[in-house]
Amino acid sequence: MFSRAYKAAVTLPPLVWVTVFLLMPYLLMFCYSFWSVSASQTIVHSWNLANYGQLLRVDVYWQTLLRSMWIAARVTIFSLLLGYPLAYFLSFYAGNKKDLLYQLVIIPLWVSYLVRAYAWKTILGSDGVLNTLLQYVQVTKHPLEFLLYSPFAVVLTLTHIYTPFAFLPIYATLDHIPRNLVEASHDLGATPGQTFWKVIFPLSIPGVVAGATFAFVLSLGDFLAPLLLGGPSGIMISNIVVSLFGAAYNWPLGAAISLCMLVLVVSLLVFSERLEKKWGFS
Amino acid sequence: MGLLVSETKFAAGSRWLLLHAVAVFAFLYLPIAVLILYSFNGEGVGGFPPHHLTLDWYRTLFADGPIWDSVLNSLQVALAAMVISLAFGVPAALALERAQFPGKAVFRRLVLLPLILPGIITGLSLLMLFNVMGTKLSLMTIILGHGTALISVATTEVFAGLQKLDRAQEEASLDLGANYWQTFWRITVPNLKLPIIGAALLIFTLSMDEIAVSFFLIGRNNTLPLEIWGRLRRGITPEINAVSTIIFVFSLVAIVLWYRLRMRGEGAADVSVEIVEAAEGHAV
Repeated sequence: MFSRAYKAAVTLPPLVWVTVFLLMPYLLMFCYSFWSVSASQTIVHSWNLANYGQLLRVDVYWQTLLRSMWIAARVTIFSLLLGYPLAYFLSFYAGNKKDLLYQLVIIPLWVSYLVRAYAWKTILGSDGVLNTLLQYVQVTKHPLEFLLYSPFAVVLTLTHIYTPFAFLPIYATLDHIPRNLVEASHDLGATPGQTFWKVIFPLSIPGVVAGATFAFVLSLGDFLAPLLLGGPSGIMISNIVVSLFGAAYNWPLGAAISLCMLVLVVSLLVFSERLEKKWGFS
Repeated sequence: MGLLVSETKFAAGSRWLLLHAVAVFAFLYLPIAVLILYSFNGEGVGGFPPHHLTLDWYRTLFADGPIWDSVLNSLQVALAAMVISLAFGVPAALALERAQFPGKAVFRRLVLLPLILPGIITGLSLLMLFNVMGTKLSLMTIILGHGTALISVATTEVFAGLQKLDRAQEEASLDLGANYWQTFWRITVPNLKLPIIGAALLIFTLSMDEIAVSFFLIGRNNTLPLEIWGRLRRGITPEINAVSTIIFVFSLVAIVLWYRLRMRGEGAADVSVEIVEAAEGHAV
């Protein structure tokens, strides 16, 4: 029913915009990653693999990448451990309070990321809320120093930020499970534990995969929480990229690292989509 | 929470679930509570228990010129980004639903990618583009960045709305002699009013709070999150708590407005779930 002119009119403008402001920048990042910087700090447009060689050769790059993945993995696990039982509780036990509690999980998402990360800083600092509280109730005499400026602080803060992201898709899949499946399982004599592990959990796997992907990908690329709370031992890969684009002035190397992250993220997305299709039902 | 126990019968195992839920909510709300509480604390940030409750930090805040300049900058950026995202996001949703063209699958993925991609990649790739084009960094480059990244939000929302839309009205309009332009403005857009307003509010809020993309595209004028960021790096002051509390209250108002709007749209799915699913690549 729609003419060719109509289709062209709705297709072309967004297509052109997306090509210029999304596709071209990604391609440019790809190009940059094969270029280099001269001694006089200008970009040399000669194509070579030196940046990628450097990534493999210099320990600090791949070690930081591994550490970032390890931090992201811990954030993912904790977000799932917090988010799954919460989603299960809301979907199966919260009764008429379900919608209200659901909104309560979402609301922190709308509080500025920066502001929440900063609030954790005021809680964890050596004269912060937690340490002075602990001294006030005389659990410790001296402030606990490991709380702030450590990977612990980064993992804690990112878990706080990404738990609602893990919760959302899990809740959506749990809430779509037909309740008569659960009743059938009970009627056929399964214990509540068996019903959960053999009926409910397998059906919720697509939500778990989606939630895990979200938590992992978004925390992997974070650079603000590590800058604010991480200290030297909590530095992540994006912090290295930021310094390469700033003071260190090596855009090509920074582009190479970013491109590795981009490839990692996109392959994870494709992988999780496959996984969800395999386990999904509808 | 107490009400919940008395109203619902719980099996033994679900008591643990309830405890867990209470603990998670405490974890989610603790920083927000601390933030608000310490914005009234006369003794500065930290220290327990808070004492000398005061409004001084709010007074300091209202007299603070640079903060209000950055608020104005952020408002401009958010409004302009909203216009760009809607101007390209709405047609993109129509194109995805109604047109077939080569590269459609790639186009769909590209549009949605900024939703799930860490902001640093979007920010840096645009920085390289502006550098190559010789564009000077300013609020304009941040607007282009936000506008582009948030097309994804407009497209997801409007696409979800389109799928629930009955095409018969548009067909009737065309049969009765209206042209496509008239049909679009008189039939399509009014029918998509809710998703469009919802998307607009969401884009506005997300842009106001955005920092990872802006971080790389900033010129001489700061947006509010970047102004806060600059001050945080210099040290903590309860003035930041005060401004954060105000932002929190404003976000709450926006959320309430938005949910009331959604309540009116019958059977409207939850936007956050739609966006999560779209980012994962299967709703659209």
